[in-house]
Amino acid sequence: MSIPEELKYDRSHEWVKTDGDAVVVGITHYAQDQLGEVVYVELPEVGNAFAVGDELGTLESVKAVSEFLAPVAGEVLEVNDRLEDEPNLVNDDPYGDGWLVRLSGSADGQDLLDAAGYQEFLIQESA
Amino acid sequence: MHPWVGAGPEDRRHILSELGLKSIDDLFASIPAGVCVDGLDLPPAKDESWIRRTLGEMASTNVAMDSTPCFLGAGVYRHVQPSVVDAVLSRAEFFTSYTPYQPEISQGTLQVIFEFQTLISRLTGLDVANASLYDGATALVEAVLFSHRVLRGKRELVVVAETIHPMYRRVLDTYTRAAGIEVAVVSPGTDGRLDPDTIRKVAGDRACCVAIQSPNFLGIIEDLPQLATAAHDCGALAVEVVTEAVSLGLLTGGGSFGFDVVCGEAQSFGVAPGFGGPHLGFFTCSPKHLRQMPGRLAGETVDEDGARAFCLTLSTREQHIRRAKATSNICTNQGLMALAATVWLEAMGGSGLRELASSCLARTEELKRRIAAIGDPWRIAYPHSPTFNEFLLVGPASGIELVEQLASEGVLAGVPTTDWGGSWPDGLLVAVTERNSAEDLDAFVAALETLS
Amino acid sequence: MKRRAIRSEPLFFERNSRRVRRQGYLLPTLDVPEVTPSEVLPPELVREPDPHFPDVSEMEVVQHFHRLSQLNYAVDEGLYPLGSCTMKYNPRINEETARLPGFACLHPLQPQSQIQGALRLIWELEESLKAITGMPGVTLQPAAGAHGELTGILMIRKALEARGEKREVVLAPDSAHGTNPATATFAGFRAQEIPSADDGTVDLGALDSMMDETVAALMLTVPNTLGVFEHKILEIAELVHSRGGFIYMDGANLNSFVGRALPGLMGADAMHINLHKTFSTPHGGGGPGAGPVTVSDALLPHLPVPKVHRGDGGFELQWEDPASIGQMRGFYGNFLILVRALTYIWSLGAEGLRSMSDVAVLYANLVRHRLNGAYHLKFDAPSLHEVVFDDSLQTRHEVHNVDIAKRLLDYGFHPPTMSFPLIVHGALMIEPAESVAPEEVEAFCDAMLAIAKEAESDPELVKSAPHDTPVGRVDEVRAARNLKVTWTPEEET
Repeated sequence: MSIPEELKYDRSHEWVKTDGDAVVVGITHYAQDQLGEVVYVELPEVGNAFAVGDELGTLESVKAVSEFLAPVAGEVLEVNDRLEDEPNLVNDDPYGDGWLVRLSGSADGQDLLDAAGYQEFLIQESA
Repeated sequence: MHPWVGAGPEDRRHILSELGLKSIDDLFASIPAGVCVDGLDLPPAKDESWIRRTLGEMASTNVAMDSTPCFLGAGVYRHVQPSVVDAVLSRAEFFTSYTPYQPEISQGTLQVIFEFQTLISRLTGLDVANASLYDGATALVEAVLFSHRVLRGKRELVVVAETIHPMYRRVLDTYTRAAGIEVAVVSPGTDGRLDPDTIRKVAGDRACCVAIQSPNFLGIIEDLPQLATAAHDCGALAVEVVTEAVSLGLLTGGGSFGFDVVCGEAQSFGVAPGFGGPHLGFFTCSPKHLRQMPGRLAGETVDEDGARAFCLTLSTREQHIRRAKATSNICTNQGLMALAATVWLEAMGGSGLRELASSCLARTEELKRRIAAIGDPWRIAYPHSPTFNEFLLVGPASGIELVEQLASEGVLAGVPTTDWGGSWPDGLLVAVTERNSAEDLDAFVAALETLS
Repeated sequence: MKRRAIRSEPLFFERNSRRVRRQGYLLPTLDVPEVTPSEVLPPELVREPDPHFPDVSEMEVVQHFHRLSQLNYAVDEGLYPLGSCTMKYNPRINEETARLPGFACLHPLQPQSQIQGALRLIWELEESLKAITGMPGVTLQPAAGAHGELTGILMIRKALEARGEKREVVLAPDSAHGTNPATATFAGFRAQEIPSADDGTVDLGALDSMMDETVAALMLTVPNTLGVFEHKILEIAELVHSRGGFIYMDGANLNSFVGRALPGLMGADAMHINLHKTFSTPHGGGGPGAGPVTVSDALLPHLPVPKVHRGDGGFELQWEDPASIGQMRGFYGNFLILVRALTYIWSLGAEGLRSMSDVAVLYANLVRHRLNGAYHLKFDAPSLHEVVFDDSLQTRHEVHNVDIAKRLLDYGFHPPTMSFPLIVHGALMIEPAESVAPEEVEAFCDAMLAIAKEAESDPELVKSAPHDTPVGRVDEVRAARNLKVTWTPEEET
């Protein structure tokens, strides 16, 4: 199961990538696998501010709805517009073209896991 | 034993012994004694002959609409009932089947819903229709709550025409009170129609929607394009309510004039008056608001071999998945009534529906002409305002009194507005449909003349 | 198995593709002068004819719907073991009484002297439901169970207002049907989930800590969605009432104890009854149903208007009552559904109703007995009228509950309810109801056992099911991703 080394992770299965003084957020391979085929993504409005753990948006499969949360505090700078017509990108390329939101803010000083830590977390979860 | 309980006493004994139990009471041991009873305070079982006799007697003490010339409307209309409608409704494959959650064995139901959605969408001029709501009154409620959601709860005012059916407004009040939404009621002008500038004044910049009915409670047709513009000028959604669905056979639906929601009651499309229910609420909106729309939705897709198939879709809006954040709590809707409407509309055909609506219009105009010819003490309350198949008649007594007097002359002349007062005179709402023959009109006029 | 061919049926809009004039129905002769619509109606509002609303002949209509009907499974065909749906026989005598002209052709706003029989029917059904539940009040207005839930919660809200209290929260168990929290939110409350104990019933300790003066009500399904009776119901009711709250009972599972227990004795303040479940009114492919709500003395003053009163002069409708929550829908209820329910209740009688529940519970336990071991039973507590298994024994072969359901279609049965309640992953909720013969229940168990074996020996067969249905497995993902909810002609797409 894919867990890129260069990213950080939180315990609700979002990944965080530092990009200058902003971060990009998406959901992990494990999360999209659990969710099943994504049919719709509800993204936040650009300009809205969120605290850590706030609901940023939702991901819908045919039979379920899942929230994705803000792993860092920040303001929404950009959202992935391609997901409106191609929600399958979340399944097909969760760390690349399936990114969700760009937030102002930093991954430093946050209670995030590195790749090994997230792997450990996944093992514990399924125990 | 009873015919509707599949296991007889011997069957029960057999199953109990298979389960290793002595008595059926053992299976109920988990129910605490404090809530148990030995039986019910109800009479014993009745056979079919008794049922037919007793229910038959009860029904015959009512005066069926067809037994006398009938001109009742006010939200429930008497139209032709093609025999094929009930024949299809009586097919067990339709009426004893469940909600089509397993699409592979429910394509009949699903295709019917898809056809219903298409018919309603084409009639209202809006691209998305759901699979039905309970009735016209709750459809208005859903439209108002929908508007509130679409504007993200930022606008707390709802502007509602006084000429929406007063009973619908009473129902709306029950829900808006609970939701903490403010309702402002706009009265019609002296011609019984709404003034777009009054709408603008009342809506200001606080309204999430402006809801009107056309033809309205007084039977009068509103200026839809101007009202849609007025609502949009105030940043509000425009909602059209229709209580006489047959009017859509001759009048363009509000969707074509920019209304954001067209909703209401489709009982006129082949659903029995049934003393008020079950009826058939409908709801249509623009695709851009689809995710906020309440109710079930059937969509077209394919099966694994690429053959066309239908299924329920976007269920994530609904209560069984979205739970506390659902667009509505509606689950069971009015599926069989939607089937009735689909059969009725398809039996009529596009030309037939238009001809039927024209017939209603012609008969209504004829009756209005003949009433005007009688003159005092009878008058059409709004003689210069355009109507479809219903109008308000004022006479020498209150609406309630007139109904009783005309009933004793052998005519069910209309619905009194006495208890549904508003910015209109106390009178009778008279509805005329294709079912009212020239003889019916003669009887009506004769009754009026007798009472003059 | 051999079947005869069934042609796939085009959409109505695909018929008569040349759009020629045919006649589907003969209207009454126009015996008044014709009128040109644009001369009496505002011309800009007059509709243009729709070229894509075709005309077809009567036989075309009949054939169209006949062929569509052949694609449906139905209760009349065989078992529909849907948990919490109570798919029982829809008696034909109900269909007769509901079609009596004195009921079907009655306008709700006719003068009161002309509708006495209808008002009497409403009154009789009210009395029957009061007797069945042991509760002093009832409304027949709600159009469905969820509508009844909303009615009940609004009455609770009104009762609190009358007491001068404002409480924000409504509790519902994690096993509850989604309508429960949806209803609470709709009514302006905040829905809070209460966890289940190990046996699937409400965790009394959790309830103790959550039940305070912010909680308006606890919504409970009895028996719960696992088919397990809340054996601590009296303690639960006592706890909630003593802290000023109300008990809302979801009556979806009423079929399990009619004639044996009374919700009125359980402390229910409001309970909705699904007439299309317990009282045999047909499901109709998605309604109409009816969701009457019975109430305790505490909520009696707040019942919706209009109400039916029985006086010396007959029956009358009372439209005004300041203590009432108001009106919940147009007119009085799904009246023709009420006719069917009263027909059913009178036909069965006191003993028939009790034996209805007896056999419903007996059949569910027969299923539990036969399938236990082949399928995994997560909660050990006694089952009443429904039993919940899960697919955990089959998932080791990568076969899931959805696959089992689709494979059951090949055996000629409708599948059980799936993936509900949420607290059981991969759930299969089975409720046989009491109408079918024991042989039908046994045949269903045989099919389930056969599929359990197939899951081990030939999982691909199960995962690729169904094979014997009018269409193969339907692509629901595509339906959601490429939304198409109406037919559109070529030129309009």
